[in-house]
Amino acid sequence: MTENSIINISLAILFLPLLGFAVTLLLGKKIKSIYLFEVFLISIVLIASIVLAFNKLSYFIDDKIVSELEWFRLSDSLVIKLGFLLDNITVLMLFVVALISALVHYFSIAYMKGDERYNRYFAYLGIFTFSMNGIVLTNNILMMYIFWELVGLSSYLLIGFWFEKKSAADAGKKAFLVNRIGDIGMFAGILILFLTYNTFSFDTIFQAIGTGKLPFNSDFWLSVTGILLFMGAIGKSAQFPLHVWLPDAMEGPTPVSALIHAATMVAAGVYLTIRIFGLLTADAMMFIAVIGMLSAFIPATIALTQNDIKKVLAYSTVSQLGYMVMALGVGAYKFAFFHLVTHAFFKACLFLGSGSVIHAMHHEQDIRNMGGLKKKLPLTYATFLISSLAISGIPLTSGFLSKDGILASTFAFGSLTGYWIFAVVGFLVALMTAFYMFRLIIITFHGEPRDHHKFEHAHESPFVMAMPLAVLATLSIFIFYTPNPFSADQGWFLTKWINAPELHAPNATRFDFMQSEVDKETEQVAEHNSIHGEITYSEKYTEAMHSAHYPAMFLSLFVAVLGIFTAFVFYQWKKVDVDKLANSIKPLYNFSLNKWYFDELYHKTFVAGLLGLSKIIYWFDATIVDGIVNGSAEVTRRIAFFTGGFDKYVVDGLVNLMAYITGFIGLIFRRVQTGKVQTYIVLVIFSLIILLFLF
Amino acid sequence: MFLLLNTGMMGVFVALDFFLFYIFWELMLLPMYFLIGIWGGPRREYAAIKFFLYTLLGSIFILLVMIGLYFSSMETLADGTRVFTFNLLELMNHANYTETGILSPLNPNNLRFIAYIGLFIGFAIKIPMFPFHTWLPDAHVEAPTAISVILAGVLLKMGTYGILRISYPVFPELTYQLSWYIALFGMINIIYGALAAMAQKDFKKLIAYSSVSHMGFVMLGMSALNTMGISGAILQMFNHGTITAMLFLIVGVIYDRAHTRDLDSFGGLGKQMPIYTGFVTIAFFAAIGLPGLSGFISEALVFLGGFGNGTTRILTVISTLGILLGAAYMLWTLQRVYLGSLNEKWKDLTDLTTREYFMLVPLTIIVIYLGVNPSPMLNLMNASANAMVKFISDAQGIYSSLNAF
Repeated sequence: MTENSIINISLAILFLPLLGFAVTLLLGKKIKSIYLFEVFLISIVLIASIVLAFNKLSYFIDDKIVSELEWFRLSDSLVIKLGFLLDNITVLMLFVVALISALVHYFSIAYMKGDERYNRYFAYLGIFTFSMNGIVLTNNILMMYIFWELVGLSSYLLIGFWFEKKSAADAGKKAFLVNRIGDIGMFAGILILFLTYNTFSFDTIFQAIGTGKLPFNSDFWLSVTGILLFMGAIGKSAQFPLHVWLPDAMEGPTPVSALIHAATMVAAGVYLTIRIFGLLTADAMMFIAVIGMLSAFIPATIALTQNDIKKVLAYSTVSQLGYMVMALGVGAYKFAFFHLVTHAFFKACLFLGSGSVIHAMHHEQDIRNMGGLKKKLPLTYATFLISSLAISGIPLTSGFLSKDGILASTFAFGSLTGYWIFAVVGFLVALMTAFYMFRLIIITFHGEPRDHHKFEHAHESPFVMAMPLAVLATLSIFIFYTPNPFSADQGWFLTKWINAPELHAPNATRFDFMQSEVDKETEQVAEHNSIHGEITYSEKYTEAMHSAHYPAMFLSLFVAVLGIFTAFVFYQWKKVDVDKLANSIKPLYNFSLNKWYFDELYHKTFVAGLLGLSKIIYWFDATIVDGIVNGSAEVTRRIAFFTGGFDKYVVDGLVNLMAYITGFIGLIFRRVQTGKVQTYIVLVIFSLIILLFLF
Repeated sequence: MFLLLNTGMMGVFVALDFFLFYIFWELMLLPMYFLIGIWGGPRREYAAIKFFLYTLLGSIFILLVMIGLYFSSMETLADGTRVFTFNLLELMNHANYTETGILSPLNPNNLRFIAYIGLFIGFAIKIPMFPFHTWLPDAHVEAPTAISVILAGVLLKMGTYGILRISYPVFPELTYQLSWYIALFGMINIIYGALAAMAQKDFKKLIAYSSVSHMGFVMLGMSALNTMGISGAILQMFNHGTITAMLFLIVGVIYDRAHTRDLDSFGGLGKQMPIYTGFVTIAFFAAIGLPGLSGFISEALVFLGGFGNGTTRILTVISTLGILLGAAYMLWTLQRVYLGSLNEKWKDLTDLTTREYFMLVPLTIIVIYLGVNPSPMLNLMNASANAMVKFISDAQGIYSSLNAF
């Protein structure tokens, strides 16, 4: 297989779902079973992505395959290009997207059966897969932004799929707008990059940074650029403080939640951060780590008390994404991506499992009405349990490996820099995760059924729904990533498949442990190293990771077991009266139940503020600006009225006055002209006498 | 009437002679007045008069500057005699000006600054630029659908076209000096128009204010004075023409059927009129600047251009808020009218007719095509945009040396 055919396969992977979208949407009304076409195409995409990953990882494992073409040009020096970048991360991510997308398609065939817009649903899944593949494949930041927005569109369409429901329409709008806030930051970052480097391509930008060219010639602005770009990730990956859209997005159909709002789209933010990892400075990474930490912690505390099965999973997603982001912040690049992949599988499994439960319970989502479903839904229960073990971090699962890696990294980060807070929060969140997941399992599947009517009608899902669950649960087992169930460090996933990150930010701006030892001796070597962007983690880091490994492993195992044990004590064996406990810490409980009042806060400040401002502006517009216009018209009319009066009475009056005076004089003299000869003679004589007297 | 209007519009866009330009500019006013005044809505007379007089006010400024320029410049005829000229190409060359003309750069006491402002206001009314924009919502709300489409799609472009065609080449040195202010008004248009749109209850008025906002992008792009900015501005002029035309047609479709434009009285039309709503979604997202649709490319170019020029950089960053506000009011509208549960009152509304397909489909194709492949448009305008940029930057050296005299 040549590079060319690899590019061609990627093209097919990218565009087939788009074809599916167009055909399914346009013919959806006419042909009832056109959705099968979309399902067929996505199956091809899945096969293609497997072929691609297999070839890339076997024959081109160390290569970066880049292909570019011109999109449009403004002048000879201003050419905008589109292009692909295929490295191992790309093909793995493509496989994850294609696999989950395909499974979700299959699952939806049964789950969405009978919906009046059945075909349109599959069309939307097609455009989502297209846009997501675009994000994964791109080699430049502008193209990433383009697909980024398209993903936002498909998310909007799918969240609001049942748009007759006001809450669904609201949630779609909220998701799009909150994402846009992050996107503005990302776009500003893109503007800075283009201004500085006159290109959008990641590689070219990195090379330029390697040669010491920085935005506005300062380290500070490089950090700012990194943070601005990361803002896109804050929006898309639902990180604090923009996390509020994700729980609401659960209004969409459940398979969509699994695909978009758990496994792939929300991971796009993490993927973006992985892509720009090379230009991040220590300051930017610190910012990212703090955001990740907060996003891991806050939603975990919220998930403890939620009663909607999907809401629990949604908050858990935000929390796990926070882990990944935090991992990137503390420099654990590989583990971040590893967790992205493992999380995608087990979280998709959890969501599809919840879909299966909801389907069985006839669209009941409140776990307080469930219970005892273990007997009715054995397969769903088994897969849900495996995934929950994975997310809680129990050995033999994939989640244990990736999460343990992240926790060890925070541990190492603490010992290297003195910021232990990340490790502390990391373990705390792990504890909470184990607890709320098993709270969910116990209330949903164990115990006695609470709603007997619905329980009686519950039934295990058909094959098309069960198969995806089984596949995803299987992928949550360690063996796919490493032969050693207790450590992934030597496994093929971390050593062979994922390359070490390339670091390009100036040496001095990186964390100490990310500067290579050689760099410090001569500047020359530093330049050389950063151009080639090879591994620049120091020996110190490797040692710290090594010594962090065992403590972190045992501690994480301990907190996971403790969390699960507590959940059993509370909900299975009911040794503690949970309601009483909740009552005794009422304020805290309510704070968590009401999601820290974020929605209320944003609503009162931003939304109300914006609407108020718009009202004021419109009032200003209608009253002042337009008032001046109408006022000047009024003034002109008044002046005209006055001028009219002046004209009528003064100017014309003067004319009339003259006429009047003339007439008046005429009136006087008219009396002289009597036409009688006698009068004239009298006047002549009279005049003569006067004249005689005078001279 | 309509054909007369078309003559005027075509004339304005092809004229290379200032006098001819002015004639066509005025010619176009009159039919518009009658079109709104006779076939408009309940307040048609008010709107028509407001439109007419407001634009005429602008025309006075243009007329004055035109006459001033005429008496300040000479062109050489074929037989060698030199006469006063209206020819814009001649007006571009500083060597053609007389030494005593009041608008001649060679005259140290020239009034070019005032003339530039006057001319700019003349065009700004047409764009319409804040604070001269209030005729627009009134004219749109009262005008029949077809006229709104023409008004927004073509007439508004004459303002920005005029600036690019006349103000920029004839007064390059002032354009350069005042570019920050042009950008400032562009930014105000974007943000202010978007906020005002958000407060509307009348569908058509909302679209009218969105026009104000979108024309702000054109001004912002023009002010950048670099290739990306100017290309973006010209492309945005075109794209705004197609997108806004679609938006007004969409309003027209619903007004034809429901005889109301009150946003809050609708809801759930997506279920009742699915195909229509499909077009609405495309048009709305194009207006928001969604990649893959034409609006994105021009907005992105405008931002890249604006950011590339140090003078307009900060204003450009503030303007990016416009893309958030734009999304906010558009999606809010989409939700209020098309999503949610169907208002029982409207359950008899029918989907698009063949005639309406004929109007919307071509526009949709253009919007999508240019969003995916903008090259055909950009290739047409690249030469002029680059020439304009070069002319203005070259002119700086020439004009500053003139002032040294």
